[in-house]
Amino acid sequence: MTFVIHGFFSFLASTMFGIIFNSPRNRLLHCGFVGAVGWLVYLASRDLLLDGDAVKASFLGAFAVAIVAHLFSKRYRTPMIIFSVAGIIPLVPGGKAYNTMRNVMEKHYDEATIYAMEVLMISGSIAMGLVFAEVIIQLIFKKRTAAK
Amino acid sequence: MNDAREEMGIDACLLAGRLMMEAGAETYRVDDTMTRMAASLDMDGADSFTTSTGIIFSPGGQRRVKLTSIRKRATNLEKIARVNAISRLLSSGDMTLEEAYGELRKVERGNFMFPFPLQVLAAAVASASFLVLFGGDWQNMLFAFFVGGIGFVVSEKFHEKTRVKFFSEFTGSAVIGLLSLASVRAGLGSQLDIIIIASVMPLVPGLLITNAIRDLMSGHFMAGISKGAEAFLTAFAIGSGIALILSFQGVGM
Repeated sequence: MTFVIHGFFSFLASTMFGIIFNSPRNRLLHCGFVGAVGWLVYLASRDLLLDGDAVKASFLGAFAVAIVAHLFSKRYRTPMIIFSVAGIIPLVPGGKAYNTMRNVMEKHYDEATIYAMEVLMISGSIAMGLVFAEVIIQLIFKKRTAAK
Repeated sequence: MNDAREEMGIDACLLAGRLMMEAGAETYRVDDTMTRMAASLDMDGADSFTTSTGIIFSPGGQRRVKLTSIRKRATNLEKIARVNAISRLLSSGDMTLEEAYGELRKVERGNFMFPFPLQVLAAAVASASFLVLFGGDWQNMLFAFFVGGIGFVVSEKFHEKTRVKFFSEFTGSAVIGLLSLASVRAGLGSQLDIIIIASVMPLVPGLLITNAIRDLMSGHFMAGISKGAEAFLTAFAIGSGIALILSFQGVGM
């Protein structure tokens, strides 16, 4: 049940971000789909596989976003960025960044440092997920065109 | 190729590059698009140097080098898709240079943005959805909806008026902090933290962050660092806006 609710709302949120970023109108639902896939992969791997490890889960989520976005971009011959941007947004560690700032405000610097490190690790793993997916996709498609 | 046509070809390449950069495309894609267009126009040895504030384009041979500066940047994925489609058609020979240049000028003049009320509604719905994703209670969705929408309006309107991005994001997030605090203090909403995080999401510089990473990884260090700086500045503005409100939290309210 949680996954149904989360799937629906991550789809909705990513579609809305498609509107804010002004995606082409006929690609809005695709943006939403990419976002939902990314968030569900993140959520499922965090809670079911990795015992709440958000860093590795973010890597998997971003990886899934980039793969699906790439497949869409090959299919519709549009730049990949149109699909990936809205999909990445739910993975951004906004909550942890907020907690960092809040703890700094309350002069709890030790806790703030822990949150800041987590933010850094999660952003890094999102970046790695995006880049790894891109490299792998490129390798596969290069092989295919070479075989033809 | 005669001079006038050559001039138009160079202008078309630069215009395409500028439009994509203004709309928030990745730097390697801008370079790639311009080089492809130049190759299809028989400009041998064309090369370009792209940063997030300007493009230098050299058409190769005896032809003159031109540059264009990029003053405004706004996320507009539709423009990226259109310019990309035009450059594809030009490269495949389905479109003449004159047609392509005309189409690019149309894209330059066009706005293509969704109507502002729809964008505000989108920001509001997105904020409410994020509240659920971040584990908030259902009854707080309404507050995230309104606070997120109002925060987006404030940030956009201030940006229109002042043209200083840092200030508009700071004000937007301060308003979000204030309204969230007010709703919790009035006893209507609970979970102050989650309402604030969800409402702030529409202001988060998502495109800049992904682009900065992409550019750095593909070796465009100049553009990557400058986009990263812009993203950091935005995040800092949002954080300090919220911090300002939270620092008054304990004061007699």
